[in-house]
Amino acid sequence: MTPRLWILVASLFLAASLVVGALVGPVHIGFVDALQSAAARIPFLHVRSPLSPADEAILWDIRIPRVVLGALVGAMLATAGASYQGVFRNPLADPYLLGVAAGAGLGATLAVVYLRSIDFQNALPPAAFVGGAVAVVAAYAIGRSAGTVSGGATLVLAGVTVAAFFTAVQTFVQQQHSDTIQEVYSWILGRLPSSGWRDVVILLPYVVVALAGILLHRRLLDVLSVGDEEATSLGVNVGRVRLAVVLCATVGTAAAVAVSGLIGFVGIIVPHAIRLVAGPSYRLLLPLSILVGGGFLVLADVIARTALSPAELPIGVVTAFFGAPFFAVVLRTSRRMAA
Amino acid sequence: MTALALERVTVELGGRVVVDGVSLSVERGEWVTLIGPNGAGKTTLLRSVAGLVGHRGEIRLDGDPIHRLRRRDVARRVAVVPQSPLLPGGMTVHDYVLLGRTPYVSYMGSESRHDVAAAEAALARLDLAELADRELGTLSGGERQRAVLARAIAQEAPLLVLDEPTSALDAGRQQEAMELIDELRLDAGLTVVGAMHDLTLAGQYASRLILLSGGRVVAHGAAAEVLTEPLIAEHYGARVRVLEGLAVVPVRS
Repeated sequence: MTPRLWILVASLFLAASLVVGALVGPVHIGFVDALQSAAARIPFLHVRSPLSPADEAILWDIRIPRVVLGALVGAMLATAGASYQGVFRNPLADPYLLGVAAGAGLGATLAVVYLRSIDFQNALPPAAFVGGAVAVVAAYAIGRSAGTVSGGATLVLAGVTVAAFFTAVQTFVQQQHSDTIQEVYSWILGRLPSSGWRDVVILLPYVVVALAGILLHRRLLDVLSVGDEEATSLGVNVGRVRLAVVLCATVGTAAAVAVSGLIGFVGIIVPHAIRLVAGPSYRLLLPLSILVGGGFLVLADVIARTALSPAELPIGVVTAFFGAPFFAVVLRTSRRMAA
Repeated sequence: MTALALERVTVELGGRVVVDGVSLSVERGEWVTLIGPNGAGKTTLLRSVAGLVGHRGEIRLDGDPIHRLRRRDVARRVAVVPQSPLLPGGMTVHDYVLLGRTPYVSYMGSESRHDVAAAEAALARLDLAELADRELGTLSGGERQRAVLARAIAQEAPLLVLDEPTSALDAGRQQEAMELIDELRLDAGLTVVGAMHDLTLAGQYASRLILLSGGRVVAHGAAAEVLTEPLIAEHYGARVRVLEGLAVVPVRS
């Protein structure tokens, strides 16, 4: 298939996921009714929505913002995973590689424990964002100070070190305040909030800037696949490219984690599934990761909302439960070998 | 005209002097090959010429000190074929050769039509046009070597640096590769600086040989002057016979 065809197929997948996500739920909303409701919102068309005010509210203030949020988070995690795998040339790299998850976890825990009396639901996202950012800055500083001999590998080890330390502190704080474990735990498992458009508005600028920054480096990520030394001999400042891509991916991931908690698996499974069917070039891999990652998380959220309705499954459970067998099938049937 | 000049170049790696005060100059169109035992500093010297490792002393490319050139400008003047290149298995030959155009593409830009044409010319020059859509992981050793050479040719740099370009090839492919490099050198007026372990092959193709040992130049000149039994015995610790001043043959005791 040509790259254009791949993009088209992936766009259709995302569009279909968004439609399914908007229509499926405890309250059934028909496709045609939803279209008419959308048309009614366009001025001067003079279409009247067939939906009751309650259904209107469910569709426009709960479902659609949640679906859009899911698409943003999924696109961000998949693309961040793909770019980390590129700059570190490590197939197991995920968006949480440099300690974002541990840092955000600590930030969230501190918010839950110490800001409980105030309004920790609102304090949690910024606290998680700050924690994640601090962890990655610390990992980068440690990795840099250890020298650039093996470049990426040093940075990954620094990330592991920082993550271990932050997790230890988080566990310590949690043990002291065992009454808060439930809230922290549910955040760690990941869930998309039904908080209307507020979280979408908060997350959107981060994701747009991060994705644009990463996409601009797509050709350079291909160059990095021949190794630091050869990329340097081709005139590329490898350290600068790595810093720029890590910065974009981290800021975007920290913002996504802050609103959705830790959703695992998307950042590894989506880019690798795409590599297996469409090849390893980042020029195609990155845009496809945005489209497929977004669609994948929206569908996972549909299952999380409906499987045990009215209760909700943590979305991280769904991404792993359905993602793993799906990936196993892709791995088996793929004719391409992952390099 | 001097394409490459080194003046008292010293390189330290991890606190150890690996290249020790090497001075040499290479004229445009020459093929100069570094020989010497393992650890003599051949690869490190080549890396310093490509600006990949810091050095003391001075390295000049066409008269310009390398430390004054931007990374991208060095890449436009020096193309490197490493000893064991990292080949991303899933990448097509075409895309791989196109990477050679990187020094000409702006930081966040993409390749121009001219860049694609240059890559395709390099593919055609190395008889790879039919393999252009194949993935690197499916190529034979000889085909891979040609793909790496094609990437270096696409770089359109006047100086070609080859580190052990034939070490992974069989006798026939070695000869093919050396002939090809020589043709490219003559066609495009390239200057070639390389390192080789196969002394016989090195002597046959190089205009001059430079024998490195312990990071220093211990002999240089035409093959017949450098490939002598006493020099090889002293620096390689090898017992050899040199036949007709060219073929280096190991002897059993």
